[in-house]
Amino acid sequence: MNEFFAMDGYGIYLWPSFALGIGVIVLNVILAWRSLAAAKLDARRRLEMQA
Amino acid sequence: MNWTWFHRLGSPPHVYGFAARWAPWFGGAATLAIVIALYGGLVLAPEDYQQKDAFRMVYVHAPSAWLSLMAYSTMAVAAAVGLIWRMKVAHSAAAACAPIGAWFTVAALGTGMLWGKPMWGTYWVWDPRLTAELLLLFLYFGYMGLRAAIEDPQKADKASAVFAIVGVVNVPIIKFSVNWWNSLHQEATVMRMGKPTMNFDMLWPLLLMFVGFALYFAAVVLIRLRAELLRRERGASWVRGVLA
Repeated sequence: MNEFFAMDGYGIYLWPSFALGIGVIVLNVILAWRSLAAAKLDARRRLEMQA
Repeated sequence: MNWTWFHRLGSPPHVYGFAARWAPWFGGAATLAIVIALYGGLVLAPEDYQQKDAFRMVYVHAPSAWLSLMAYSTMAVAAAVGLIWRMKVAHSAAAACAPIGAWFTVAALGTGMLWGKPMWGTYWVWDPRLTAELLLLFLYFGYMGLRAAIEDPQKADKASAVFAIVGVVNVPIIKFSVNWWNSLHQEATVMRMGKPTMNFDMLWPLLLMFVGFALYFAAVVLIRLRAELLRRERGASWVRGVLA
């Protein structure tokens, strides 16, 4: 297992690289959902004001 | 030829419904593809004879870089469609692509730096490929900044669309920079004329990762597109229906 994480001594570069890539993937999903939730809230408020 | 499908793309409620239905499917398929590709790339693929295990960074760096270019190309095409056919949905789609593309440009630059240090001995060089990729990040910032700076949505659409279309010239520059100029960056190994130069055991996880990233991009664009459409059409009657 240690050998796997060491990655021939390149682990200190490889794992942060994967963390960055996966982090960007997860972050983009969160930001997109937050953007949609904010847009829905804004639209609801607008409709309430019109009513 | 029947153009009904194209005209439907101009209808915000139709596109909103389509995005709501399909985003989870794209997201699910993307997750599956990325998880399998990660296992294939990190565990099953043999180490490279020159770069040893460092080559495995290709499984996150290359798809990120490719997605940064695909997002910009998609954005420019959507902007052009919006400009030519005056389609508001297309401008919304272009706006939805920009933040995703910017984040994956950051990922491509960051993972490239982490790969560059053990291979080239430095995190950064002002190499044509790296410099053009950095310029791509500034183009995304410019596009988003321009849209945010103009209050009138129609003027913002037009100005940002022209900006996106002009900036697309950077995409082939990034792609072919390694062929046109002397570069530390290696030449294309997968997306090139002729056969890929990679061994199949290394290649299939990478190809699957490309597929996963493409599906992921589709899923996130569709979520962001829904948000863009709601913001733009918040006073419209169809919005009342979808929020009920």
